[in-house]
Amino acid sequence: MEMPTPNESILARKAEIVARLQAVLPLDAVIHEERETRVYECDALTAYKCAPLAAVLPSNTAEVAAVLKVCHELGVPVVPRGSGTSLAGGALPTADAVILGVARMNGVIETNYPDRYIRVQTGRTNLSVTGAVEEEDFFYAPDPSSQLACAIAGNIAMNSGGAHCLKYGVTTNNLLGVTMVLMDGTVVEIGGGHLDAGGLDLLGVICGSEGQLGVVTEATLRILRKPEGARPVLIGFDTNEVAGECVSDIIKAGVLPVAIEFMDRPCIEATEAFAHAGYPMCEALLIVEVEGSDAEIDMQLGVISDIARRHNPVELRESKSAEESAAIWLGRKSAFGAMGQINDYMCLDGTIPVSSLPAVLKRIGELSQEYGLGVGNVFHAGDGNMHPLILFDANKPGDLELCEQMGADILKLCVEVGGCLTGEHGVGVEKRDLMHAQFNPVDLEAQLRVKDVFDPQWLLNPSKVFPLSVTQSRRIVAAA
Amino acid sequence: MIRPESEAELSAAIAQAAGPLRIVGGGTRPVGRATGQVLSTAGLSGISLYEPGALTIVAGAGTPLAEVEAALAAENQRLPFEPMLAGALLGVEGNSTIGGVVAANASGPRRIQAGACRDSLIGVRFVDGRGDIIKNGGRVMKNVTGYDLVKLLAGSWGTLGVLSEVAFKVLPGVEAVVTLEVSGVDDVAAIGAMSAALGSPYEVSGAAYDPARQVVMLRLEGFSDSLTYRTAKLQAVLESFGDVSVNPDADWIAVRDARAFAGGNGDLWRISVKPSDGPRVGAALQGAKLLYDWGGGLIWAEVVQGFDLRGALGGIAGHATLMRGTGCGPVFHLEPTPLAAISAGLRAQFDPRGILNNGMMG
Repeated sequence: MEMPTPNESILARKAEIVARLQAVLPLDAVIHEERETRVYECDALTAYKCAPLAAVLPSNTAEVAAVLKVCHELGVPVVPRGSGTSLAGGALPTADAVILGVARMNGVIETNYPDRYIRVQTGRTNLSVTGAVEEEDFFYAPDPSSQLACAIAGNIAMNSGGAHCLKYGVTTNNLLGVTMVLMDGTVVEIGGGHLDAGGLDLLGVICGSEGQLGVVTEATLRILRKPEGARPVLIGFDTNEVAGECVSDIIKAGVLPVAIEFMDRPCIEATEAFAHAGYPMCEALLIVEVEGSDAEIDMQLGVISDIARRHNPVELRESKSAEESAAIWLGRKSAFGAMGQINDYMCLDGTIPVSSLPAVLKRIGELSQEYGLGVGNVFHAGDGNMHPLILFDANKPGDLELCEQMGADILKLCVEVGGCLTGEHGVGVEKRDLMHAQFNPVDLEAQLRVKDVFDPQWLLNPSKVFPLSVTQSRRIVAAA
Repeated sequence: MIRPESEAELSAAIAQAAGPLRIVGGGTRPVGRATGQVLSTAGLSGISLYEPGALTIVAGAGTPLAEVEAALAAENQRLPFEPMLAGALLGVEGNSTIGGVVAANASGPRRIQAGACRDSLIGVRFVDGRGDIIKNGGRVMKNVTGYDLVKLLAGSWGTLGVLSEVAFKVLPGVEAVVTLEVSGVDDVAAIGAMSAALGSPYEVSGAAYDPARQVVMLRLEGFSDSLTYRTAKLQAVLESFGDVSVNPDADWIAVRDARAFAGGNGDLWRISVKPSDGPRVGAALQGAKLLYDWGGGLIWAEVVQGFDLRGALGGIAGHATLMRGTGCGPVFHLEPTPLAAISAGLRAQFDPRGILNNGMMG
């Protein structure tokens, strides 16, 4: 994967840049020695690494503004970083960039139950947002699987989803307001405790902009009262096609599950060997979860099971208790770990129309044969967000490249059937060069023009999201 | 009037436009003060894709809203966000189009539970002020590929581009509806009751307060058995606020369309605040006719012509839009300086000649 050549003039001015940053931050908030900057050389896409020029760890909006003002004045690129859990390389530095980490900004600013929102600093982790309100039986709905570690800043940057999106939506549907610092140091306030921010929907375009439009330092998030309970049913099928039809029939029946998870045979086998969850050995397995009171759950699971029975399942297991629910979820929750036990893997994230599920799974199986690489599929079936896990051997020369090539073929397939490259992980550097598969030059140009407005010098996370060839003319102006 | 019959014709019409264009769908949401030659989207009509099993519908921007809703109803599905029909309220005839709904981000009582129009909108095709045909988003409900221009276009009132096609995530319809009413409550108690209901686990899908009748309306939707259970539970939550009863004739369409204000002579404003500020708004607008929706977060207010409503609400966070009448000051709330600069910058990028609904949003 290609990254732009670092700007020599910036590298040569490192001492001056560090001194300027130290002048506006506490001493321990500026990291510049090589052995220390290496901590920030990558995020969860560990295949690519590059230590930054320096890293800064501001503690509040004013410090973020001061840092950005300095970098803006000196023409230094800035790569914002939440907790560094991006699977797409969203926080991958370049050698001439300053990493701006929000980890020290993790406070709760306000909780408001009557108006159902919480305001936090964005370095706070996703799970600890819920942690701050669960005493009152409230929660923050988006639940990416990295929620223990990932920061709200990164969630906003990537518009993160999770397993429960079918009912609760993704980050953008739960974000009410932000304090954001523009690249030139200007602090802007958008939205707040009210439901719509007014004017153009800037919040909507900032969410999911991968840290390219501004650095979000505080966020007002919608919180919801926890449901009385939730329980899943596990359903096994002989074929992917029938499992796909069952998903479609459940949705059409008017039941709205909070989650419909799908695992295929390779994934079931790996998971069983690893977690011994007691899953049936079959071609496709669904976990469908519903919420409500005990009686409401029974009623909904009854409707779902009736639909499933019409498709002749090989297994049908309705959870009756918290223990049974945990057993059903155990395998699904260990799926990534289980696959990691077998091999190195690359996790894809394309979304497809639910109706294309059987055809896409079949084609992925064929690609697996052609490339000679194993693939396990585990994904959010209700919303079509696939997570094919391609297995490869990082120690075998050429295997990573082969895996990336196969991943690109799968993602192009997702686009061909009417879907997209990424449903919740973001483009980052990983899918940057595939953007042409989804967008024509005019579509891309419209997006670049948005960045031109927020960051005319193209200094914020400039080498991400768009193919480098597309952004080159703008980045060259910035570097001059 | 220009009436393109295809996206290509729409593109050509905008690229060749000699002066300002006023973009019209069904003409049922005449908000704002745009001028120019009328450009109608009525020719871009028709549902191009509907997959009930995938909860997805795609339609031309000029498709009548009624046609979209009828197609969904035939499969027992619906638009989650319950878009209002504004014609009667604003004193105009016509058939609302789905593109107009998106341009206005029109969202009814269910907004508090299911989100606004922009939350259900998953894809757009539009033509910008240069005549460029642009697509963003698509037909799948989870999509973070590139910037989200879908949301940016929703509620942009035709000032960034003219929509040619829109795609939605839809939801199943419901078996039954129950409305609980709490009577004899003032605005403080009403906001308290609505906040308690919306903070309960019983999935309230509508929360409105009519100060004239001193009645709070709370809506539950779903399967009948579940409704029986949740109705009883919610009743218990509400008892401390006032007299609670089930109203089988509750009219949520009247709430959605703010029908109580139809035919009025005063200036009609739509105010967005956090719900707990509702009573402050009420106090600041003594004598005005009010209706609270969205748990108190959306307030319709009819005041005497020319009244400085924004001045009266000074200090309360939020914004106000003039929906009808002469008002006082701009139709859309002025943004603070740095945001206004960003919005102006975006308009300059998407519509460099300033020909799309010029003067509409400020």
